[in-house]
Amino acid sequence: MADSYRISGAGRFSHAKAARFTFDGQAYTGIEGDTLASALLANGVHLVGRSFKYHRPRGILSAGAEEPNALVEIRRDAARRTPNVRATVQELYDGLEAVSQNRWPSLSFDVGAVNDLLSPFFSAGFYYKTFMWPKSAWKTLYEPNIRAAAGLGVAPDLPDPDRYSARFAHCEVLVIGGGAAGLAAALAAAETGVRVILVDEQAEFGGALRFESNARIEEQDGWSWAQGAVARLRAMGNVRLLSRTTAFGYYTQNFVALVERVSDHLRAPDPDLPRERLWQVRAKRVVLATGSIERHMVFADNDRPGVMLASAARTYLNHYGVAVGRNVGIYTANDSAYAAALDLKKAGVNIAAIVDLRDNPAGQMVDEARAAGIEIHDGRAVIRVGGRLRVKSMTVQKRTGGGERSIPIDALLMSAGWTPSVHLFSQSRGKVAFNEEVRRFLPGTYAQDCICVGACNGTDGLSACMDEAYAAGAKAAKEAGGKAAKTSKPKVEASEGWSRGMLGAAPGAGPGTRVKAFVDFQNDVTAKDIRQAVHEGMHSIEHVKRFTTTGMATDQGKTSNMHGLAIAADELGKPIPAVGLTTFRPPYTPVTFGAIIGHARGPLFEPTRRTAIHDWAVAQGAVFEDVGQWKRAWYFPRAGEDMHAAVNRECVTVRKSAGMFDASTLGKIEVVGPDAAAFMELMYTNPWQKLETGRCRYGVMLREDGYIYDDGVVGRLAEDRFHVTTTTGGAARVLNMMEDYLQTEFPHLKVWLTSVSEQWAVIAVQGPKSRDIIAPLVEGIDISDEAMPHMSVREGKICGVPTRLFRMSFSGERGFEVNVPADYGQAVWEALWAEGQKHGACAYGTETMHVLRAEKGYIIVGQDTDGTVTPNDVGLDWAIGKKKTDFVGIRGLKRPDLGAKGRKQLVGLKTKDPKLVLDEGAQIVENPNQSIPMKMIGHVTSSYWSENCGRSIALALVAGGRDRMGDTLYIPMPDGTIEVEVCGTVFFDEKGERLNG
Amino acid sequence: MAKAASQSSTGVDRRLALQGREATGEGVKIAPLPPAERVSLRAPAESVASLSRALGVTLPQKPKTSASKGGRMALWLGPDEWLVIDESGRDPLADCAKAKQLHSAVGISHRNVAIAVEGPAAAACINAGCPQDLSLVAFPVGACSRTVFGKAEIVLYRTAEDAFRIECWRSFSDYIFTYLSEAARDAAA
Repeated sequence: MADSYRISGAGRFSHAKAARFTFDGQAYTGIEGDTLASALLANGVHLVGRSFKYHRPRGILSAGAEEPNALVEIRRDAARRTPNVRATVQELYDGLEAVSQNRWPSLSFDVGAVNDLLSPFFSAGFYYKTFMWPKSAWKTLYEPNIRAAAGLGVAPDLPDPDRYSARFAHCEVLVIGGGAAGLAAALAAAETGVRVILVDEQAEFGGALRFESNARIEEQDGWSWAQGAVARLRAMGNVRLLSRTTAFGYYTQNFVALVERVSDHLRAPDPDLPRERLWQVRAKRVVLATGSIERHMVFADNDRPGVMLASAARTYLNHYGVAVGRNVGIYTANDSAYAAALDLKKAGVNIAAIVDLRDNPAGQMVDEARAAGIEIHDGRAVIRVGGRLRVKSMTVQKRTGGGERSIPIDALLMSAGWTPSVHLFSQSRGKVAFNEEVRRFLPGTYAQDCICVGACNGTDGLSACMDEAYAAGAKAAKEAGGKAAKTSKPKVEASEGWSRGMLGAAPGAGPGTRVKAFVDFQNDVTAKDIRQAVHEGMHSIEHVKRFTTTGMATDQGKTSNMHGLAIAADELGKPIPAVGLTTFRPPYTPVTFGAIIGHARGPLFEPTRRTAIHDWAVAQGAVFEDVGQWKRAWYFPRAGEDMHAAVNRECVTVRKSAGMFDASTLGKIEVVGPDAAAFMELMYTNPWQKLETGRCRYGVMLREDGYIYDDGVVGRLAEDRFHVTTTTGGAARVLNMMEDYLQTEFPHLKVWLTSVSEQWAVIAVQGPKSRDIIAPLVEGIDISDEAMPHMSVREGKICGVPTRLFRMSFSGERGFEVNVPADYGQAVWEALWAEGQKHGACAYGTETMHVLRAEKGYIIVGQDTDGTVTPNDVGLDWAIGKKKTDFVGIRGLKRPDLGAKGRKQLVGLKTKDPKLVLDEGAQIVENPNQSIPMKMIGHVTSSYWSENCGRSIALALVAGGRDRMGDTLYIPMPDGTIEVEVCGTVFFDEKGERLNG
Repeated sequence: MAKAASQSSTGVDRRLALQGREATGEGVKIAPLPPAERVSLRAPAESVASLSRALGVTLPQKPKTSASKGGRMALWLGPDEWLVIDESGRDPLADCAKAKQLHSAVGISHRNVAIAVEGPAAAACINAGCPQDLSLVAFPVGACSRTVFGKAEIVLYRTAEDAFRIECWRSFSDYIFTYLSEAARDAAA
């Protein structure tokens, strides 16, 4: 029984190796080169899945990417379970394991099929109408149940172990679609010498030549010519051929995204191979040769397994050597299905009958069918089929009605005609136009440098397609800079002509009927549903689509859109273009998250920035915190210490002797030029012209609106050179804002900005012993208080390497910040550490830094400010140059509300219970006995336990805060209201004597 | 190089960001380059001649171009901006100071880390994260550009048909090196 539908002598893989596989646990054998679909069909298996809504048995409809039905799960191991794989696309490998979806307990007996019987209750718009009341049930009952029932397939729950890769590429001509037209276009373009990329979603190039048995090109059959053309292209150095590659997104300026399936078809992929590779291609010209997709006929029970597209049956026969049945019926509205009948007949398959909707069909194909002795019922329709898990019969009736006749069959091939694949053209923002004569939407107005050729352009006939494509390829290449080349246009000696077809519901499924004639197989939308949507007032196709969900499944209605549109137009009594075509959006076919993420996962998800001293902190057992992209040492716990104990010890040690802190992440900008001081005057609120060389100043930067944007200490290194520091988080945006103003507002200034954030490692040495620690290592700088007072900067050497030595403090203690070239950072740190050990110094992290500065009431921009805070609000009025007439934000500050009474101001808070540490962000009220919602007058911005103060401390923004000194305010929390007293912002050494202590 | 890599008088050693790292893939080799002296040079057009004399290399004035002489390279980054890299052991910052015309020279020797990407698949490897056209026509030998690689900024400089120098900020070097190493695994495809 194995492989019993394989026809010997047919297909292109007759010498291929056998490949074993399982489907729902049952073992089968196929051959290498098969798709899962062709291998199943070779074994006589049509039933492969259950439909989404009604759980109807479903088979294989197509032989390509448009497949709506045959969705299965492919399993490699526990982590590699891919749901919703189209069996028509999945290539077979030895050992492949596939399982069906959306069924329980088994595929042939599925309890969910009760939905099919209940279908009157699941009509179009069902969700919108049914789950309205009671409102509260939505979250608890309806949504969870709908979510559990909805969706095909189950996502894997383990991390994806596969690799995904990415590549940017450029070419002069990108050809999408590797059928006859695409190959012709690629050949023409490649001959001019320009870079050509040719992509095709199938394993092999050739497109429709895969099944079109009557094509002859350059004295070969079409498929052989295609393979020869591929070999010629492959031999050229300027051509990249990408098979198994789908162009899924067409973006602006000819930017096209491709996904290449690299290893899904391999039994045991090389671990260095990615599973998929995302190509992002910028092409000077794009040739779209995306072909067309056959439509099914819309009639009762057209979804039964065994009912499929005629071209698919031909593909299975001519390419894979598989007959889809032994006694096959044909139902068509155009010529192309005749070719399927003829090919099958030649292969020894009985053709029960051809049912042709047209009266008196004529032409070469029809004549050949007659000559082959095939019964043709013209002017007739298949009004329904028999069979449930597999089609058993077709019922034929005159198109105009009358007597019925049942014909036994085991497969039914249908063709309503061909829909040009304008998806990518539409994505490119090109406008399609409806051609009334052929009743097709065709490329109309182009929006980008692309050209559609062949079947997707509505061109009929192989010869015309290839001529058009060859000319377009040559023209595109020439426009993109290609040289004139001697032409070798392929000559077509024979081909098939497929005339039109029909759109919409076939007889027996028209208005007034209640049969299940499926338009959209994947979302279980029938002709009746679309008519109902129109009756309920949906008059635009965009509304019909959303109401019925037609075309909204993962296949995006590739086979169904035109039928749905025609039915809606018919019901509305309007011409098709008046109802409109839905917009095509990327992706053309589903794309994995892996392909889109590419390399950006794990350590490459986001750059992790480490300072030059990072390794030392790791060795010391530091705990790190993320600050933007940086890893910063948070605290340095010693044996037995928790965070609280470590931070308390660090805080006390800094104030008692000294501490060392890695401040390398601070932003640093070197401002250089004769107008450096003038520029600083404009960018910062402070005055700079009179700042002496060698001195520092705390600078405040505002936005145009007058709110604080950043702050930092600035040292003047020379008349024309400032060393500006910014917050860690502000480093990039402060430089950007400075550049922006320099280039747009102050271009007359002779000054330049250079980021030196990473040039300098910064070691903060803070505490009463700080000078003693650095003294033995500093050369050429007098660091006495007299020579180098607080807020000064000197250049010299430390440990023999250059340093910019700052005397400054963010702790309130005597302090230095030692800047050294980054590569020397750790070695200098280690030398300082050795000195520090002699004085009992500790290393401290960002938490202790925060506590120490809060004890002194120093703000942190972004923590104690939030973009709505002025300098005055946080007590920094002193930093505004009173005589200055201009700086960024000066006009903003003059807005009345920025000086109004009652603004939130930064104050200190002391809890009445000194042991209680407030939550940062907690809201503050005047009267805790108000009714909820209470009037909130401010919030806590910073809050810590201060071991140095022996109590908790907090900073807060409180309305009119500075007028509330000594007042009691309240902080209502879930487990009780906390009383606090408003106080000044400085909790420790209020007079600031320790800066020189 | 000799100068940059040398130990200071008190024996403080230089710890390089990518010390000991290397990666290979079919057709591509990735390795950190030795330390070099670097200057971020900004100057108006009037100062170019004077600075070129002082540096001993003619500052290029066309986008995406560079000039190189005696182990000293000048990469055009903008209409008034150059990245000067010196591998000869001379001090370009001191040389800039000799030019009296208006300019800004800032030492950034330690800010940047350089990575060499070499081999027939080097361009493909870089194109895993850099969207630029790296064909020899669009990006010939000597071409340079400040651009992106993944989520980081780089300066890309083609030193030979199949060799590139990537300059990046020190703290991004691990990310970029790791990304390149990952990309190298299938760069030959």
